Amino acid sequence: MRPFTYERATSPADAVAKAASIPGARFIAGGTNLLDLMKLQIETPAHLIDVNGLGLDRIEDTAEGGLRIGALVRNTDLAADMRVRRHYGVLSRALVAGASGQLRNVATTAGNLLQRTRCPYFYDPNQPCNKRQPGSGCSAIGGVTRQLGVVGISDACIATHPSDMAVAMRVLDATVETVRPGGATRAIPIADLHRLPGDTPHVETTLERGELITAVTLPKPVGGAQLYHKVRDRASYAFALVSVAAIVQPDGPNGIAWGRVALGGVAPKPWRVEAAEAHMRQGAKDVTAVLLADARATADNRFKVKLAERTLAAVLIEARG
Amino acid sequence: MNPVMNKVSFTVNGAARTLEVDTRTTLLDALREHLRLTGTKKGCDHGQCGACTVIVDGRRVNSCLTLAVMHEGGSVTTVEGLGMPDKLHPMQAAFVKHDGYQCGYCTPGQICSAVAVLEEIKAGIPSHVTASLADAPRATNAEMRERMSGNICRCGAYSNILDAMAEVAGQRTAGQQNGKDPA
Amino acid sequence: MKFDTPAGTNPIDQLKVVGKATDRIDGPLKTTGTAPYAYERHGVVANQAYGFILGAGIAKGRITALDAAAARAVPGVIAVVTAENAGKLGKGKWNTAALLGGPEIQHYHQAVALVVAETFEQARDAAGLIRVAYQAENGAYDLAAARDGATVAKDEPDSAIGDFAGAFAAAPVRLDATYTTPDQGHAMMEPHATIAAWNGDKLTLWTSNQMINWGVKDVAQTLGMPEENIRLISPYIGGGFGGKLFVRSDALMAALGAKAAGRPVKVALTRPLMFNNTTHRPATIQRIRIGATRDGRITAIGHESWSGDLPGGKPETAVQQTRLLYAGANRLTAMRLAVLDLPEGNAMRAPGEAPGLMALEVAMDEMAEKLGMDPIQFRILNDTQEDPEKPGRPFSQRQLIACLQQGAQRFGWAKRNPKPASVREGRWLVGMGVAAGFRNNLVTKSAARVRLDGQGMVTVETDMTDIGTGTYTIIAQTAAETMGVPLDKVAVRLGDSGFPVSCGSGGQWGANNSTAGVYAACMKLRQAVARKLGFNAAEPRFADGQVSSGGHTVPLGQAARDGELVAEDMIEYGDLDKKYQQSTFAGHFVEVAVDVATGEVRLRRMLAVCAAGRILNPKSARSQVIGAMTMGAGAALMEELAVDKRRGFFVNHDLAGYEVPVHADIPHQEVVFLDEVDPISSPMKAKGVGELGICGVGAAVANAIYNATGVRVRDYPITLDKILDHLPDIA
Repeated sequence: MRPFTYERATSPADAVAKAASIPGARFIAGGTNLLDLMKLQIETPAHLIDVNGLGLDRIEDTAEGGLRIGALVRNTDLAADMRVRRHYGVLSRALVAGASGQLRNVATTAGNLLQRTRCPYFYDPNQPCNKRQPGSGCSAIGGVTRQLGVVGISDACIATHPSDMAVAMRVLDATVETVRPGGATRAIPIADLHRLPGDTPHVETTLERGELITAVTLPKPVGGAQLYHKVRDRASYAFALVSVAAIVQPDGPNGIAWGRVALGGVAPKPWRVEAAEAHMRQGAKDVTAVLLADARATADNRFKVKLAERTLAAVLIEARG
Repeated sequence: MNPVMNKVSFTVNGAARTLEVDTRTTLLDALREHLRLTGTKKGCDHGQCGACTVIVDGRRVNSCLTLAVMHEGGSVTTVEGLGMPDKLHPMQAAFVKHDGYQCGYCTPGQICSAVAVLEEIKAGIPSHVTASLADAPRATNAEMRERMSGNICRCGAYSNILDAMAEVAGQRTAGQQNGKDPA
Repeated sequence: MKFDTPAGTNPIDQLKVVGKATDRIDGPLKTTGTAPYAYERHGVVANQAYGFILGAGIAKGRITALDAAAARAVPGVIAVVTAENAGKLGKGKWNTAALLGGPEIQHYHQAVALVVAETFEQARDAAGLIRVAYQAENGAYDLAAARDGATVAKDEPDSAIGDFAGAFAAAPVRLDATYTTPDQGHAMMEPHATIAAWNGDKLTLWTSNQMINWGVKDVAQTLGMPEENIRLISPYIGGGFGGKLFVRSDALMAALGAKAAGRPVKVALTRPLMFNNTTHRPATIQRIRIGATRDGRITAIGHESWSGDLPGGKPETAVQQTRLLYAGANRLTAMRLAVLDLPEGNAMRAPGEAPGLMALEVAMDEMAEKLGMDPIQFRILNDTQEDPEKPGRPFSQRQLIACLQQGAQRFGWAKRNPKPASVREGRWLVGMGVAAGFRNNLVTKSAARVRLDGQGMVTVETDMTDIGTGTYTIIAQTAAETMGVPLDKVAVRLGDSGFPVSCGSGGQWGANNSTAGVYAACMKLRQAVARKLGFNAAEPRFADGQVSSGGHTVPLGQAARDGELVAEDMIEYGDLDKKYQQSTFAGHFVEVAVDVATGEVRLRRMLAVCAAGRILNPKSARSQVIGAMTMGAGAALMEELAVDKRRGFFVNHDLAGYEVPVHADIPHQEVVFLDEVDPISSPMKAKGVGELGICGVGAAVANAIYNATGVRVRDYPITLDKILDHLPDIA
């Protein structure tokens, strides 16, 4: 960990102004991923702006009938919020499927969205990694890839995004609210927050330098059965091999009126292809055929394609009741 | 580059402490190296094992993944604050009675977590195994196992830790009852 | 005390303290965090500086340049130690690779530098600024690819009895199957750590080490200094499982760092460094052939195993149990060792048997199925009460059949549907599996010193270690029993090379041998007490804190009224272990549920019925068994050090990547100890139990998965991707 200066921001405007003016500045909230990476000198901020005191830790009803989740709401509190449990069950389920109780007590909503990949080659500074050191090459390709991505990946990077929460937010059509260094705010559909790696895997989001997430808003509840099924090698405290976030309205032909689905553990971002959802009534095979049509799996992670299909099938059975 | 030193004040086990620390100092290292409260353990230093679990402002956290300077005005409880050999906390006593430890290195983290887990259940916070999000969770074995999963015990004392927690939770459980979780 | 004839009745047989389920005497310290582990000894020596190790970034090759200028320039940095300035170093007997690499690099993350600084933060920062240039060389990293070039290891000849090839060819029912087990990590919770301090030419290491005397010798050899100038202190050890049998780089680098810095230095390995820097359980490829008559009698049993290690290393002795576990007139075992440039392979909990039984006991399950027999019946039919390689050499005790039968009874084995994939509960496919557990009991000399003070307090001193095994408590029980005092009148001091040399902790030999050594010393102390009190007649009686003889009864402490009485002795063994085969046995039973959609495996029930001699403390012995069962469940279901076969390292080198079981993976575990005393083993009549629990349990899991799903996975760990393609359609 390189030395850094530290200060507490007093307001979002103060935070972004500082971030823009101080070279090498980074925000810190929960810090559970940032400090992890700083210890390995993978992240080397020169200045940390502690945003924990900004009051962005409330969950409020919106005028549209949805929820506005402050960026600093801890994962535990978001999962436990009665409105979330009642109307956005997939989000609550995804949150409690992630990490451990200790981490959820600290990890924030915004930090969860912005956590970096768990690719073991990214985590080992001895190994080439285009995400860590642009242009150095991807040592994961051709290496140990069982946990890595099968879709949305590139020749430069096959890492996955590790979040569970973000996968649920993707099926909920969440919007990310930010404030930029000039003070301007904007709303980014969650689909547009994370970038695919292409040939610039080090550019992971569409946020600008110094831009601060202030909240995530959820549209008004859509009802339906809301399920999050996370598949992993051990029963808890592990990253997903595959996860399925789904909202299914269990009426109509074949027991399904409509449905939405997003996958975790397979791609550099929460993976949703809206066109696939037209096939929900036909079943999991048809849906995943579209969702993972562009899959480029390795011998080690090819199972994720079948696993996604079978997990979705189980989710649909459960959703139908 | 010279280290950046910052002053931070918080209470640890009820006592006010002020430290002048390198900004890089984690809460864990502040406890272990500066305050010499070595009950809190460093097992991985990356949030992957739970040995460093302490209770900060009423909630269990991994003290390895938070900076000391971020806890100005905070309140920290470590295993030493729960009880000492001459006056064990009920959870500590239950761990001894049920042999809920072996090498002892993950034990302080397990105990801090166990105490906090029972509070989390009481507070109605759901977990991955809570059957219905609409209902308040209960201190079942499945709930306790899931919630304790952030505390790794390589010696494998899990089954005994559960017995200790069940005793403290006031739920004497039989082995048979434990057996049928995944169904 | 020489133990060369079977034990008769002795003071331990009173069982007033020994054999009773007893809370650990170190429990209050461990549960309050006040038991001091190596890195935490702030008080033992002043002015401790912090050391941080840099590991090699390649697996094999040479350092061409190491630039530490930026590191030295970091404020607070006191010294940077590398092979260039460390002076001439030897290599310990128990190390395969050098603990400090350079210029030659023998494996990934081999230590190449230590930075010593005023603070941990400074040392870590500076270590990250060292720039190392390497000339990488091609290495061998793939066991399967190296298999054909593997050779017979030194001191590990093949074993052959009868005509295996002929008998196997002639057998009407045959199995020929190959199994693989991956590299596994100890992943003990306390990272290797040491505080080193020099006083002139004397070195003290507060460290975390299972084998104090081996450690002293290897530090002496590595640093080229006399053993008497080295002191190792290791009273609390945060888990070892074989990974702390040997001196590792934390100890050497702390010693070198302290010398370079001119002040005490403390060093802990970081978790991401541990998996490649230290030792691991090597992967195996195992071929098992079993031939039997149609009624299930084994006529031929062959077990071959391939493993790899660095040059000069040793094989994983996975065939060991197959020489002893089942009858059969024609037998073959063979081990082949390939040179691999992966990190050093070495002992991990039940080396040999743990991976060996993961294969053999699945093969037995497969063979039983071929025969149309119940797998328990098949094992019982092929039980042997004598060493199958040496007819006439009996087992000292062998209750495998009772373990299996009682286990079957308790577990409800009769309810198991022998037809695979036929029990379904909702989304779960349910199955039961069984396996035999087997691990040898090793006897080795062990010494202790016992002190008696005027208050009747008995203090035991031995360099024995407690790595979570409950050793403090069983030693206290032994001393209390022998001296006739309550447990709270015994103090136990362990893990200091200033104390008499014990057997140390490893190979499940610690409990029986170390307590036997304490017993020997206590018997000598009893003589000293009797002499001091003038009890010359019959053997006095030691009970209730008093000594009685010829109508006289005095408090024990009276014997030390003029000053402490001290006795020291060791247990030494004759050839009883040659005349008798001493082994421990278990029946492992597991019920699993497999998610029909995803192939996720969940353990529902686990039972081990163990026969392992006298159980000194049923409470901590049970913990040893459940802990080993947990590690065995990890081996069956998730543990694998994933090898990058191009770059030659374990990729998943932290606790997020190397998954070990968590609370949610482990159901309630039941352990039953059969009544057994083994007078052949030692005066304690005890045997080891700390490794028995891992021996066979992985196979029981595998067999249960087969029973649940009909999918036979022969490559561990049994992760869902290996099951998924064979599960039924669900929608």
